[in-house]
Amino acid sequence: MFATLRKWIDERFDWAALTAPLRKKTVPAHDLSYWYFLGGITLFLFGIQVCTGILLLLYYRPSATEAFESVQYIMTRVQFGWLVRSIHSWAANLMIFTAFCHMFSVLFLGAYRKPRELTWISGMLLLFLAMGFGFSGYLLPWNTLAFFATKVGTEITGQVPIIGHGLKVFLRGGEDVTGATLTRFFGFHVALLPGLTVLLLLTHLALVQYFGMSVPPAVEARWKASPSEARQMKFFPNFFLRELMAWYIALGVLGALAAILPWELGTKADPFAPAPAGIRPEWYFMFMFQTLKKIPAKVWFADGDVLGILAFGVAGILWLLLPFFDQAGGRRGRRLVLGAGIFALSYIIAMTIYGYMAK
Amino acid sequence: MVADPNPQPKPARRRMIKILLGGGLLGSFASFIYPVLRYLVPPLVADLGGDQVIAGKTDELRPNTAKIFRFGSRPGLLIRNSDGSYRALSATCTHLGCIVQYRGDLQEIWCACHNGLYDLNGRNVSGPPPRPLEVYEVHLRGDDVVVSRKREA
Amino acid sequence: MDTWLNNGFPRSLILLLTIVCVCVGGARAQAPSTCLDCHAALDPPLQVTQAQFSQDIHAQEGLTCASCHGGDPTKADMDAMSKAAGFRGKIQRNQIPELCGRCHSDGAFMRKYNPSLRTDQLAQYKTSVHGKRLVQGDTKVAVCIDCHGVHDLRPASDPRSQISPLNVAKTCSRCHSDAEYMRGYGIPTDQYANYNRSVHHEAMTVRGDLSAPTCPTCHGNHGAAPPGIDSVKNVCANCHVFQAQMYDKSTHKAAFQSASLPGCVVCHSNHDVSLPTDAKLGTGSEAVCMRCHKPGDICDQARAKMLQDLTQLDGAVKAADRVLNVAESSGMEVSEARTEQDQARDSLTKARVTIHSFKTELVEQDIQAGLKIAAKTQAEGQAALAERDRRRRGLGLSLGIILVVLLGLLLYIRQIESNSGKVGTAELHR
Repeated sequence: MFATLRKWIDERFDWAALTAPLRKKTVPAHDLSYWYFLGGITLFLFGIQVCTGILLLLYYRPSATEAFESVQYIMTRVQFGWLVRSIHSWAANLMIFTAFCHMFSVLFLGAYRKPRELTWISGMLLLFLAMGFGFSGYLLPWNTLAFFATKVGTEITGQVPIIGHGLKVFLRGGEDVTGATLTRFFGFHVALLPGLTVLLLLTHLALVQYFGMSVPPAVEARWKASPSEARQMKFFPNFFLRELMAWYIALGVLGALAAILPWELGTKADPFAPAPAGIRPEWYFMFMFQTLKKIPAKVWFADGDVLGILAFGVAGILWLLLPFFDQAGGRRGRRLVLGAGIFALSYIIAMTIYGYMAK
Repeated sequence: MVADPNPQPKPARRRMIKILLGGGLLGSFASFIYPVLRYLVPPLVADLGGDQVIAGKTDELRPNTAKIFRFGSRPGLLIRNSDGSYRALSATCTHLGCIVQYRGDLQEIWCACHNGLYDLNGRNVSGPPPRPLEVYEVHLRGDDVVVSRKREA
Repeated sequence: MDTWLNNGFPRSLILLLTIVCVCVGGARAQAPSTCLDCHAALDPPLQVTQAQFSQDIHAQEGLTCASCHGGDPTKADMDAMSKAAGFRGKIQRNQIPELCGRCHSDGAFMRKYNPSLRTDQLAQYKTSVHGKRLVQGDTKVAVCIDCHGVHDLRPASDPRSQISPLNVAKTCSRCHSDAEYMRGYGIPTDQYANYNRSVHHEAMTVRGDLSAPTCPTCHGNHGAAPPGIDSVKNVCANCHVFQAQMYDKSTHKAAFQSASLPGCVVCHSNHDVSLPTDAKLGTGSEAVCMRCHKPGDICDQARAKMLQDLTQLDGAVKAADRVLNVAESSGMEVSEARTEQDQARDSLTKARVTIHSFKTELVEQDIQAGLKIAAKTQAEGQAALAERDRRRRGLGLSLGIILVVLLGLLLYIRQIESNSGKVGTAELHR
């Protein structure tokens, strides 16, 4: 049967030529090759998000009066609804985690260097989009914690000079967080962001495919010294099968998390209730949240919060342009980028832990 | 023992690996598809209501009587006035959270726990209740008496 | 506002404006100033400061010192306090109620200030133990100012007032807990201490429920007197309606009346009413029934039956709670069962109220209703636990399959890579 199908395709398409790039593609084989898996795992988790997201759309209702009940309905009445929703929530968090790991591995293994600057930029933009997914998706169950976290989060964007107020009103769909915000976030979450993500993702993958996998500078130097040591692994099937193993492990972890620690629902948001204690954003915003909390209200003449937001904005843009600093600075540039990477990583970890310890 | 000069795995072993892998992949696909198919089956109860609920049927209540209905996770009180019109309020007393009842003889809402009285607009008239009862909106849709939370202004 | 204050708006101008405002606003309160000129500097009890008097509701309504004490505050020094100016000086204690009553018993006068304020305080006071004794010449008893204060008198609605619900018990206790002061009256002085242990006091101070009963709720305020033995139940019934209705229909009512026993107080005590527990129906130290009833008689049997019923429902509700707690802590969604559980608890509360009918069959009805709900929620909790176990088995199964796939992949990779003589990894790209 497979032979007949194969023949049918061969008569119409040049299958061998179409799949040639895939068969020719190789992956450098060295003791740091494992880090190459992270991008693929992130992609796989994104695929899971798309599938479970579509399933959730079958029952979810994006209005302030019904959103909470519809999620409760999915969790209690729909068969395996608890599984679909828990996997969607857990995979979202895991995806952002693996995306962060991917970003730092690319940074420390020097994979962003010329000619792969655009790959880095598209990847960073994808990470921002993923965080946008997280922020907009967090509100959708319309529970108390999400409601107030969104209130705080959008309030912070309102502090941006000049465009802040407009941005806040745009995000909230009005002056306050209401049902209009929910409708808006739903639109962002299921239409705007997925559209942008698919475009950027295709670009990112095409760039990865075009340039091939980067070899870390240390390994590259070693291979240059003794070319006989250089190893490559075929992408298909050798690397792909290994990646498949990683995906299955990720799947097992997801299933275990969903079954043993189903994602909580909380209580329905009441816009008139006083804010509960311990409002905190999702963990991947914690380092920013905690920083803004700790900046004094006045730094010289500027408002502390505004200063903090501006600092994060500038840092984000600099981060996006990181490959160009490396290139412009030569050897010193490389050390600068590595130092910045180590600083950023330790800052994020430290601030996140501090945020959870400090309450 | 002489080492095998040609380290080709035995065909039996190759077949076993193939069966293991093929079977495993098939099994795992089945275990993904099964929950998804079950998920697609619509449950018997169409929804959990939300901020709107069918509190009863129009022929259910005689004038000057009332009933308790479930509104989300809290009880509500549906009153049919003497003139036949409807009125719905939260049934949770604002004093200590007992369930209030309609007193046809007084035409008021009464909490038995500590003798709290509310008028038909939910205002706390006498006794310990510190706050009025929340008042809901009532609409008639066919035979159904539909109660909904008042929209935020 | 903040910003333009900080942005160098001339400070002196603000200061000037503030002074002007204070002077204009304070002009009315400054009217009786010639009295306070001296009295602010005198020692107590003759001391009255501007700070005190400006808080006084009467001063705020425009009354002056002369309104009560007579005299002419526009004159200086002792001329103001001359007999010629109508100065009355210190008001004798036994004249205070009549003095206050001059205005407060005059409905037409009081209407100008607060039309809804009652004007029967003096009449009521004359019916109180305090009032009766005052007429007999006992000036130790409470008169208006002892409870309401004087010179800085605040309305009862002001939480700082001595007679606001939170403070009034303490105000009464100033005399009634003073054994020395109360000597000769032949009544106990432990009411305040007892009340402070009661569930009513707890509701007031811990839960902040200002509607909870305090001294005047049961004794009256201006007409303060102990409720008679027969009227105790009527007093309690103001809040505890059902209990009173059931008690009225029960055999205990006639029995207690004929024995001159004070109704509710027989079992619940008066000032130190504690939160009743089911143990009241038992035979232990808290038990009340067996103080009068004989062991083994029909009443003892009914008591045992009611206690057993309550214990059973209480146990069923708690057991269901435990199951739901376990289910919830393992991530199951049981909010619907939780809601139903509230109804089971309501049934238990209702059964405890029905005890006051002393009829086992009525109690039994409430108990059965509650047991039915508790059984249902318990079953829902069990179902949630079973579902949790099913999920875990499903997880185990799929993890097993995933392990098989991983093993298969591992072996397959090894096979193809040994098959092709390590070509897969060693092949040079260049």
